[in-house]
Amino acid sequence: MADALLTPEPLRARLAVPGRPSLLLAAAGLVALFVLLPLIALAAIAAEGSGDMWPHLIATVLPAALTQTGLLVLGVGLVTLAVAVPCAWLVATCSFPGRALLEWALLLPLAVPGYIVAFSYLEVLHPLGPVQEALRALLGIASPRDFRLPDVRSTGGCILVLAAVLYPYVYLSARASFVLQSAAALEVARTLGASRWRAFFRIGLPLARPAIVAGLTLVLLETLGDIGASEFLGVRTLTVSIYSTWVNRSNLPGAAQIALVMLAIVLMLILAERAARRSRRFVASGSARPQAPKRLTGVAGLAATAFCAVPVTVGFLVPFVHLAVSAARRIAEVGFPERVVGEAATTATIAAVATVVALGFGLVVTLAQRLTSASLASGFARLASLGYAVPGTVLAVGLLSPLAGFDNMLDAAAREMLGISTGLLLSGSGAALVAALAIRFLAIPIGGIEAGFAKLSPHLDMAARSLGSSQPRTVRRIHLPLLRPALATAALLVFVDSMKELPATLLLRPLGLETLATHVYGEAARGTYEDGALAALVILLVGLGPVILLARMSASALRSSSDTIRGSSSSGR
Amino acid sequence: MPQFRTLRRVLAGGALLLAAQGASAQEVVNVYTTREPGLAAPLFEAFTKATGIEVKSVFIKDGLAERVKAEGASSPADVLMTVDVGNLLDVVEAGVTQPVSTPALSAIPANLRDPNGNWFALSLRARLVYTAKDVVKLSAITYEDLADPKWKGKVCIRSGQHPYNVGLVAAAIVHHGAEKTEAWLRGVKANLARKPAGGDREGARDILGGICDLAVGNSYYVGLMRSGKGGADQKKWGDGIGVLLPTFQGGGTHVNVSGAAVAKNAPHKDAAIKLLEFAVSPEMQAIYAKQNMEYPVISAAVVDPIIAELGPLKVDPIPLVEIAKNRKLASELIDKVGFDN
Repeated sequence: MADALLTPEPLRARLAVPGRPSLLLAAAGLVALFVLLPLIALAAIAAEGSGDMWPHLIATVLPAALTQTGLLVLGVGLVTLAVAVPCAWLVATCSFPGRALLEWALLLPLAVPGYIVAFSYLEVLHPLGPVQEALRALLGIASPRDFRLPDVRSTGGCILVLAAVLYPYVYLSARASFVLQSAAALEVARTLGASRWRAFFRIGLPLARPAIVAGLTLVLLETLGDIGASEFLGVRTLTVSIYSTWVNRSNLPGAAQIALVMLAIVLMLILAERAARRSRRFVASGSARPQAPKRLTGVAGLAATAFCAVPVTVGFLVPFVHLAVSAARRIAEVGFPERVVGEAATTATIAAVATVVALGFGLVVTLAQRLTSASLASGFARLASLGYAVPGTVLAVGLLSPLAGFDNMLDAAAREMLGISTGLLLSGSGAALVAALAIRFLAIPIGGIEAGFAKLSPHLDMAARSLGSSQPRTVRRIHLPLLRPALATAALLVFVDSMKELPATLLLRPLGLETLATHVYGEAARGTYEDGALAALVILLVGLGPVILLARMSASALRSSSDTIRGSSSSGR
Repeated sequence: MPQFRTLRRVLAGGALLLAAQGASAQEVVNVYTTREPGLAAPLFEAFTKATGIEVKSVFIKDGLAERVKAEGASSPADVLMTVDVGNLLDVVEAGVTQPVSTPALSAIPANLRDPNGNWFALSLRARLVYTAKDVVKLSAITYEDLADPKWKGKVCIRSGQHPYNVGLVAAAIVHHGAEKTEAWLRGVKANLARKPAGGDREGARDILGGICDLAVGNSYYVGLMRSGKGGADQKKWGDGIGVLLPTFQGGGTHVNVSGAAVAKNAPHKDAAIKLLEFAVSPEMQAIYAKQNMEYPVISAAVVDPIIAELGPLKVDPIPLVEIAKNRKLASELIDKVGFDN
């Protein structure tokens, strides 16, 4: 689930057992160190710089970059909340025409990379695109010089585009929270005379706050690190400034310094939010009797349907149809580009391996937290989640020197001991790429599994212990089966994100390896979008399977986890 | 100890396997390129056809020099290709190239290669002005004119921080100095019809969409659009615009290069040199001109008729190295006037 970085403080299972956990703690420490590796390398790069670009940046770049970044983050956050929370509430607590379909369709935009939505909308909404052409025909206006809609290349346009593909993170976690909320609390509010609206604002919404904030954090971090859509739509964010410092002024140390400052700001915000939340307690109440859905009929029902259909249309249907039409036209012109098939297989393979690695790391870190309840373990978990807050290329540059350094050391040792060259074992083989993806998206499994653990009563562990089960056996027989929904959700999200990832993939992939995303980018970079349309469409299609699976699973997971809470708490009484 | 012997055997076996992969029967040359794959492919295909040497490539956007530097002695890179003179010199400055010198490469005009042989230009592209041909009745224009207030709200251009524009601004600095260039930039900024974004082709499309009257874009896009290679829509955009070859006052048309260097630790140095020599051979220069619509660096090669139709190219005489030197200042000026804001 998307509750990365910020999850409800897990119920501390005070089950400190002597022996093995220290090994687990050490493993968790290693994972955290692995994530820190590129950041340490980045700090080393930053230290090489004199910092002489700061006066220039402060005087000319930062005021505008900070304002635009702030506006973008604020806008995306607000639009996301305004769309995702009501949709989640409607889907979780009401029944209306099309609810069953929309419940999972609302997740579809997860399959669409931001940069692809950006260029789809540029085409669709351009004065020469279908929308404005139809509008002119309708109004009887001949030339676009006489009538035009506002340009999508603006901060507003970028906000809408990013919100359209990022809102599912909030929707996913908010819906889960609403479904699990006890009906009792809401019913008490209603019997005390609160209207349905008031019950939502005073009970439902505050109870869901941790989940909503968790999803929102992912949305905002994605927005902050975005380079594709922002650059394409002409929005100068901090991340874009990092690039021009590096690329046009040949100042990588300077770029690393900006990236680290940005990371520090993100960290402070995350810590502030956690501190604000710590004083309150958000614990799932004991008996989570699901609410009976409120039937919306007539106008209210149709309004609900329409409201939930809008984000699906904007975030998925429009770009999907646009890409399908462009791809079909291009295939008719030049035939089917065979290489797309191989690229799809490569993309899926890399994403799958990265998913397995990220999930393994995530399990180690969260198990250490659960089993040792050492504060060190939660420290490791936070550190290991940092990759998500660093822009992709910057992370990749940070990874270059540690990985290639290791390769060269190994190579030198192998030459000396065996007289054989191992070459670039990691950085030349795709292992570097997998490492980068795992580091970048590790926050997702950590957050998801933490949230999963939070729902498992510590009484379960105690019962297992008192029945003589060893810790590994408890993990195997109790934790893992009960965590299955959380693990599967995290796996699917990491898979889809890895598949869409562009900047780190572009820099770290080995010779001759092409993924769908790099194919699309290669064409977009020279303006031949038409040749990238099919690859872009295939990204959507390959992502569609996991997203639909995710939607179906999260529905059944919600049902079973509300059972789990009920079951475990009654057994604990 | 027996365990160690086993370990050594396994390691040696694994290493052999890797080594065997590297040394397959066919000769190869490995290319790291910031040149878009679609534009580099014609060269690679023709080279393999002519020599039997297989080309393995990876397209990288930012970080090519950093990657080769990090890979160090084990780097598989033989040839490093870039699309901007500044980026080309960055690679040289990162210390990841090696000097080479052959008679064939000396055929490249002296101002289009490094005197020490660390880099070579392979093709030229000119920075042009596209016009709304029904509205703009001009037969010539200067880059300086882009700042003329009569074009207020009429000019489209991609991000000021894109290397093509940074190169143009750096050339302006060489011609007029930083102060005048800043004033010029402010003038152009004031004339913009929309946010600087997207690519050069959008300029052509935006002209047809009525958003602007003038757009700054590279020469080969005109060829690619008008040749119909990008499909019917793009042919419409290409045919719908007028194209002018602007000059600097007292200078010529700004050109940038695509170029290449031999990597410092190239494992296939001979093949790398062959690829470079092939790239500037008359046959290949002609293919570049035909397929990519670029200007050749070898004077003997002819441009595609679509490009020839644009008129004679009078290349700005200032040295490329001077332009590259002013890149940082140019990038800072672009920030200073808030060009992209």
